[in-house]
Amino acid sequence: MESQPQVVVVDYRKGNLKSVERGLAAAGAAVEVTSDAEAIARAGAVVLPGVGAFADAAATMAELGQVDAVRAAVDAGAPFLGICLGMHLMFEAGEEHAPAGGPLPRGLGLIPGTVGALARTDEEGRPYKVPHVGWNSVHAYGAPSPLLADVPDGEYFYFTHSFAAPDGPATIARAVHARPFPCAVQVPGRPVFGVQFHPEKSSDAGARLLRSFVRLATRAR
Amino acid sequence: MLTKRVIPCLDVKDGRVVKGVNFVGLRDAGDPIELACRYDEQRADEVVFLDITATSDDRATTVGLASRASEQLHLPYCVGGGFRTVADMRRMIAAGADKVSVNSAAVADPALLTAAAAAFGTQAVVCAIDAKAVAGNPNKWEVYVAGGRKATGIDAVAWAAEAARRGAGEILLTSMDRDGSRDGFDCALTRAVARAVDIPVIASGGVGELEHFAQGILEGEADAVLAASVFHFGELTIRQVKESMRSYGIPVRL
Repeated sequence: MESQPQVVVVDYRKGNLKSVERGLAAAGAAVEVTSDAEAIARAGAVVLPGVGAFADAAATMAELGQVDAVRAAVDAGAPFLGICLGMHLMFEAGEEHAPAGGPLPRGLGLIPGTVGALARTDEEGRPYKVPHVGWNSVHAYGAPSPLLADVPDGEYFYFTHSFAAPDGPATIARAVHARPFPCAVQVPGRPVFGVQFHPEKSSDAGARLLRSFVRLATRAR
Repeated sequence: MLTKRVIPCLDVKDGRVVKGVNFVGLRDAGDPIELACRYDEQRADEVVFLDITATSDDRATTVGLASRASEQLHLPYCVGGGFRTVADMRRMIAAGADKVSVNSAAVADPALLTAAAAAFGTQAVVCAIDAKAVAGNPNKWEVYVAGGRKATGIDAVAWAAEAARRGAGEILLTSMDRDGSRDGFDCALTRAVARAVDIPVIASGGVGELEHFAQGILEGEADAVLAASVFHFGELTIRQVKESMRSYGIPVRL
């Protein structure tokens, strides 16, 4: 019998990670929640959950040595999944709670670009509510990604956020709130993914996506 | 496209659901988690637990409940009731709540919303408002606190706008006139608030019939609709409600 793939959930001490842990375990992973940089660096797969705000989380991660640890794991070929803020942190920088006038807080830099505020009006100037809260449909975009293999086009996932990633070659799915924005990304050709929505809070659709990720983690070993 | 949310609300006292529950097939009709799991299965979009426990000593029970909910639910949930400080809210967030809702304490000290938003992000901070129509003034509603027992003299629409400015990420708006009436949401109130803020508004209070949900969205311009008894008594299922909303052209997640 095949052993369970080991997935490390990065704890940057901003909140509760139980639902992420439970979701991955239900998807077949042996889950370890840790803030320890060494454990993260040698992980078989890494999940970076989304709790708190960009500046604060990035600072704590840097302090705990997690930024280098995550990069080391990814460089060693470990599959990676960033969720919500965890996806934002994959980019070079973020505007959320950035100190006025100073340089923008730095992310992991796995994908080029800066995370900015969600648009509040559509192209015709109609206002939209922000935070973008609730279940929105997710549409695959660009080349097919193994992360979305079991997700039918237009499937609903739960979102709750005020900031969004920039569009670019990494975009693998989009959702629309005022304007289209990237709601799933992949570093081209690598098992390095991010999702804006919360699969761990997205019922059976979320469970399917997490299973796809855990499957990739199994293959990567 | 972003769907409109349907949210069952569970009033909880000492860890038990208090509004009568007559939901077919429950082993323990008073267990909030078992009931919430049923709503999860029915594809509710979210669940709200409202802690109406009188004393803060008993709130440990609710922290335990939030913790169990995060282990068993596959949907987001909000816990409200009795928070006085950011530390109170932090305990609930640490236990696994996706959001906390704050009511009286925010009226007493609006800076609490700002502090909570800084700590958890605006998306985790819901400002609950209990509003009652001002007699003789059809477009005026007053904010009540302390579980609806105490009038404040504050205009509900103005307070909602201030709460949004201060850092609330959502408004949970309950019409005290309609609550328990089964006459439908106060759509004039809901619309006035929805137009005054740029954050989502959850309409609450008054649902008695299927059509009321669509009215809350179409006439009240709400982003989400909340109800308790019609679900707990098994009169309506989440699916029935969503199918009805869809028949009015409202986007829902079925």
